[in-house]
Amino acid sequence: MKPAQFDYHAPTSVDEALALLQRYAGDAKILAGGQSLVPLLNFRLSRPAALVDLNRIPALAYIKEEGGQVRLGAMTRQRTIEFSPVVKERLPLLGEATRWVGHLPIRTRGTIGGSIAHADPSAEYPAVLTALAGEVVARGPKGERVIAAKDLFQTYLTTSLGADEILVEVRIPAMPAGAGYALEEFARRHGDFAIVGIAAMIVRQGPRCTVARLATAGAGPVPLRLRAAEEILERDGLGEAAIEAAARRAAELVSPDGDIHASADYRRHLTGVLTKRAITRALGVARG
Amino acid sequence: MTEKTWIGKPVKRVEDARLLTGRGAYIDDHPPVANLFHAAIVRSPHAHARILGYDVAGARALAGVAGVITGEDVARHTRPFAVGVTAPVHYYCAATDKARFVGEPVAVVVATSRYVAEDAADLVRVHYEPLPAVVDPERALEPGAPVLHEAVGSNLANHRRLVYGDPDRAFAEADVVIRERFRFPKYGSTPIETYGIVARWDALDGVCTVWSNFMGPFIMHPLTARVLGLPENRLRFIVPPDIGGSFGIKSLIYPYIALVALASKLTGVAVKWIEDRREHLLASSTGTDRIAYRELAAKKDGTILGMRFRWLDNVGGYIRSPEPGCSFRPTGNFVGPYRFQHLEVDASTVMTNKCLTGPNRGYACGHLYFETEGMVDRLAATLGLDPAEVRRRNLIPASAMPYRSPTGGLYDSGDYPTAFEKALDLAKYAGLRREQAKARAAGRYFGIGLALAVDPSVSNMGYVATALDPQFRAKPEYLPKSGAVDSATVKVDPLGRVIAILGTTPQGQGHQTVVSQIVADELGLIPEDVTVVDEMDTFTRVWSISSGTYSSRFGSVGTSAVALAARKLKAKLVEYAAHLMDIPAAELEFRDGAVRRKTGKGPSYTVKDLAGRAHWNTDSLPEGMEPGLQATAVFGFTVARAVDAEDRVNSSNTYGFIAEVMAVEVDPETAAITIVKYVTVHDAGTIINPMIAEGQIYGGALHGLGGALYEELQYDEDGQCLTGTFMDYLVPTASEAPTIDIAHVESPSPLTPLGSKGLGESSSMTVPAVIANAVSDALAPLGIRITELPMTPSRLHALIKKARAT
Repeated sequence: MKPAQFDYHAPTSVDEALALLQRYAGDAKILAGGQSLVPLLNFRLSRPAALVDLNRIPALAYIKEEGGQVRLGAMTRQRTIEFSPVVKERLPLLGEATRWVGHLPIRTRGTIGGSIAHADPSAEYPAVLTALAGEVVARGPKGERVIAAKDLFQTYLTTSLGADEILVEVRIPAMPAGAGYALEEFARRHGDFAIVGIAAMIVRQGPRCTVARLATAGAGPVPLRLRAAEEILERDGLGEAAIEAAARRAAELVSPDGDIHASADYRRHLTGVLTKRAITRALGVARG
Repeated sequence: MTEKTWIGKPVKRVEDARLLTGRGAYIDDHPPVANLFHAAIVRSPHAHARILGYDVAGARALAGVAGVITGEDVARHTRPFAVGVTAPVHYYCAATDKARFVGEPVAVVVATSRYVAEDAADLVRVHYEPLPAVVDPERALEPGAPVLHEAVGSNLANHRRLVYGDPDRAFAEADVVIRERFRFPKYGSTPIETYGIVARWDALDGVCTVWSNFMGPFIMHPLTARVLGLPENRLRFIVPPDIGGSFGIKSLIYPYIALVALASKLTGVAVKWIEDRREHLLASSTGTDRIAYRELAAKKDGTILGMRFRWLDNVGGYIRSPEPGCSFRPTGNFVGPYRFQHLEVDASTVMTNKCLTGPNRGYACGHLYFETEGMVDRLAATLGLDPAEVRRRNLIPASAMPYRSPTGGLYDSGDYPTAFEKALDLAKYAGLRREQAKARAAGRYFGIGLALAVDPSVSNMGYVATALDPQFRAKPEYLPKSGAVDSATVKVDPLGRVIAILGTTPQGQGHQTVVSQIVADELGLIPEDVTVVDEMDTFTRVWSISSGTYSSRFGSVGTSAVALAARKLKAKLVEYAAHLMDIPAAELEFRDGAVRRKTGKGPSYTVKDLAGRAHWNTDSLPEGMEPGLQATAVFGFTVARAVDAEDRVNSSNTYGFIAEVMAVEVDPETAAITIVKYVTVHDAGTIINPMIAEGQIYGGALHGLGGALYEELQYDEDGQCLTGTFMDYLVPTASEAPTIDIAHVESPSPLTPLGSKGLGESSSMTVPAVIANAVSDALAPLGIRITELPMTPSRLHALIKKARAT
């Protein structure tokens, strides 16, 4: 389990990093927190000619509020997000999701940009980004472009980011004040990738649901926004029957794969169970 | 009589300061020789393939490569290892003709660094002819199944039918007969430290020295010497002071010792190999996966009359010694804590294209009790009796101790009914049943499981021969085997401090602490006065074939050797003091740290007084007394005998007892299992250090929980391993650990000087049974009974869904 030989670069600016990516013409890998990439290197499943390490670009680590969005620099550590007052105040769903990410040492190294760009469909951050209709900023040789969550994730571990692009920022619309939220996850052990997870946000006005947001982790090759289930709540309100109906619809919307941890059937079933639990718990903390 | 000032106290582990500050001395820490080269092992990507040839030119040409060893070299320069059965299985330290499981070593590259070695390993071309694979033991025995070993002719490595008493009559006379099929998973131990070896074959003196985290059994030393064509006194095994866990798995490092030693011989350099985690998961060792068909015959009142076991144990690509211990290690305790006398055991050992097997904490007992305790619960359900009551009616009473089991086991001491009642009391069993009634009324799935086990420690290596036919064993050229031996040396320096030298190989059990407690008590010292040395070296330590730290030996054999060595020394001190005091030795005793008169006042001599005089002035010794203050004792059990003509064998030397109660709640929606209550009561005789004993029980319980809920080395139908990383092979962590209520009952063993028994395997053998019974009980309203482990949520969900559909 020793990696094959590679060049190692630690640029101090994004421009410098972009130039390196160009130089290796698709044969370089970007190193963020390294929590997924380093094992891949050690197993020799990934054999890039070079690593471009973003850890010495301080300009990529920040959390700020701007234009109704919370903007997080790609190299912001998960541990920083876990304790960020801005996140706690404006994106509590992201804060809750962070506590499900791996274990403390993993969160100390892992970054939001790395997690999203790695695009493991069982990971929590892609699910939150999808539920809250966030976007990412990619910078490449031709400048910056903004990619919506729905256009970012293509399949397992694959995004629409170009090989010459760097994900530099994650933008998530701030949650409305009083919004209810929950991340319900089922994993075989604490800290594992989800077998299935459901990220939920509910905005209510009395018995009415004005906004429902639901997205999956682990229930298919990409995080999936469960729009048809959301619509049931927005149409029929937040009574028990509507929640049951939304949960049933959620289970119908996903097309999970089976693996050694869980059958496809079990994942579909869990999607329904956890959708119901996520909505119910979100409702419990919603004000309005 | 030993005064117990320190024995029985939770003395803090002297090892921990060293280990917790990163100063442990493990095999990977300190290069024992200069100019080390590093090995990378090329492994088969195929589950079953004929090896047609090798192309190593590219690897040899890489800068820094000292040599490449292939199966051809292995076949030319080594012999196959002896196996424990008569089937002609040729097990070499690497594949020679065929690869028989994914991960089997096929070549070794030696280079200046592990990086270069792995680069070169990528360049080794092995030409394979892939063959059909088989992984399921039942399928492997079907006609037309791919045959792994042509010389054997089938995949059946061994078969024995053992009959004790008259099982046919027991079944004929039974009021009820229960039948069930069980499946036990293939899982290992995943010690934090993997295998590690440094080998230096010195061409000048002809000595091959191997530093490794080998733990015994030391029978593997002569076996390895034979494989390498070395006289035993030219093969030196040295074990560093610290081993980072084993739980049985490291007893299977020996084929790698032969392979790395050969690499050193052929390249002429000292070679280091540290197994990485992927190698460990693919190709170290696990327990067997087993399919078991069980039958139980009982009377209406719940009295068990007899049982039938039919086992198919899957040992993977080769049957490797000490297999088929997977079937026979518990021979003496096949009947567990129950009184029944009639038993039939039909044990098949099957080879398939999976990684090889060997002892894994609880060696074969996790399997045994998962099945037996499941059967006892089924009996209770069939008869409408409380599972606790059925067990009460079948337990061996305290008055029957020591008890000779029908299979030859000699249960040395114990009070099973008392320990069982203690567990029920601690768990508030009646209260749990009331809680269950309430939960069920509310539509919740709450269950209570029980499990009882006789906990065997210190295997008598003679049990291995149970695998052989009695007619074979009766031949004049057959040499019977038996034994369970460890040694210790205790010496006193001129200032009265003690050094104790062990022949054991601790893997974190705290031998230094425990030995300092024992010696302090024997010689009236404090533990700080005792320095314990436990770096095993086959050239300098006293050892025998059955030595080593395996099979929960230390708490029983190792400690006995220490106590006896200290007592020998004490006797010498008394004799010496008698001479100095001019009082007959019979009137003196060792008491309160000094030799003094048994009664009345008078002079006394402390250890320090005596040690100074004896060392500085040999003229003061009585005539005929050997100078020097040291004593070596080799302790062996006299109850370790060879298997008899009726297949009876006292397969272990001390037998403890475990009684467990667990309550769980199952979430029927997610199929998650929550452990609500878990009580475990152990009788391991005298407890020398209760804190260390607790640690063993915690570890054992969590290990058992791994097999019950999380861990399984999985393969697809083509024999590809699906669990080659820790993302797929799930080991329980601290977060998964339940709260454990531990209590002890102490029935000292009459066979050991201190009354202690082994405790190292402990709850690893009962947790699979107790949690399976608890989950079965929880899901009883749905008609679900667990027959297969691990109980993953996905599997449990499928059972719940099916039950609800019907």
